[in-house]
Amino acid sequence: MTGLNFIGAGLVVIGAGIGIGQIGGKAMEAIARQPEATGKIQTAMLIAAALIEGIGFAALFAV
Amino acid sequence: MHRKITVKALTLVFFLFSIASFAIDKSEEEKAHLTEKTKEQREKEVEEYIPHHLLDSHDFSLFSYTSDDGEHVYFGFPLPVILWDNGLNVFMSSKFHHGETIAKSGENYYKLDHGKIYKTDAAGTITYDADHHATNSKPLDFSITKNVFTVMMVGLLMFFMFSRMAKAYKNNESMPKGMGRLLEPLVIYIRDDIARPNIGEKHYKRYMSYLLTVFFFIWIINLLGLTPLGINVTNNIAITFCLAIITYIITTATAKKDYWKHIFWMPGVPTPMKFILMPIELLGTFIKPFSLMIRLYANITAGHIVLMSILGMIFIAQNWLGGSLSFLLAMVLGILELLVAALQAYIFTMLSALYFGSAVEEHDHH
Repeated sequence: MTGLNFIGAGLVVIGAGIGIGQIGGKAMEAIARQPEATGKIQTAMLIAAALIEGIGFAALFAV
Repeated sequence: MHRKITVKALTLVFFLFSIASFAIDKSEEEKAHLTEKTKEQREKEVEEYIPHHLLDSHDFSLFSYTSDDGEHVYFGFPLPVILWDNGLNVFMSSKFHHGETIAKSGENYYKLDHGKIYKTDAAGTITYDADHHATNSKPLDFSITKNVFTVMMVGLLMFFMFSRMAKAYKNNESMPKGMGRLLEPLVIYIRDDIARPNIGEKHYKRYMSYLLTVFFFIWIINLLGLTPLGINVTNNIAITFCLAIITYIITTATAKKDYWKHIFWMPGVPTPMKFILMPIELLGTFIKPFSLMIRLYANITAGHIVLMSILGMIFIAQNWLGGSLSFLLAMVLGILELLVAALQAYIFTMLSALYFGSAVEEHDHH
């Protein structure tokens, strides 16, 4: 079967997208609730997003 | 206020379209020349050019074109080639003529094939295996390639920039001048928002020099990758590997007792669990720098591939719609890449600081 790797890569990207979207959304909610903690929330958000992104790059190796 | 912005946006759009229409006029002039190639050929050319752009090269060429009499014309300058092949061989890469001729150095003949140097005979034969990989022997290559050259230049630039800044701060303690005014907030940010909270008040000063160096190095090099110079250093995995290895060495070398204790004999868990956790924690220390390496490399590579593909659409479509669409898209993506350039430098610094912090952390439990 050829082309399955592309489907796999697509799935990885969808997964990573959902993950980063969740983090971004929750971070925005948190900032709206506690604007004074914006700096800390942003840092934690970026770290978590970076970690998920690392998994997302597995797609590069699948293609 | 609102109206002003609208007017500005309209002017910008008009300006962009006038550029696009100008480009059309020009391309129509050259259409006779361009229509010689079919769409498939153009697609293939773009497809071949993108991986070529991502590779390191032995010369610094800004752009090239094929003249009317079929000759390849390159703009740029050659870089020194340093080979170890039972003796040192040093010559300029102009001898290769971009892979079109065979370079003779001493008794040996060398030829470029897909950016790599192979040893050949006088006729320049290169044999390929089934996967179209050259099977000729390769000399050890210590050349000053485009990436090495750029790293050296950025190193020099940073050295002069920051040593001048440091001198200015020594003489004058009030307001920073020149570059200092631009860079001082960043330095303060790295100190107060990255190093202090992650490493801790007691130890952060020891790591500041590395964190600042790595931040500005990655940032400047990423920004240079977005200029038309065609530099892309951080999408070479060897460079990001070295950066990650430095972080790993610093983490390991400065680690305190508590760090090793938490790896090999995790306190506060039942004894059988300690044996399970040991290999996992040990593996974790290697995965951390590995993910640093992959993240920077993959982010920059992906950005370059996407940007190049969109720009390539101009040459594939060759009409006003495709041209202006891909131009706009490329511009927006270029702005996004500016953000990514800074973000990746920030993340690398941030995670490095986090790992240093875990290495020097002192636990006060039990």
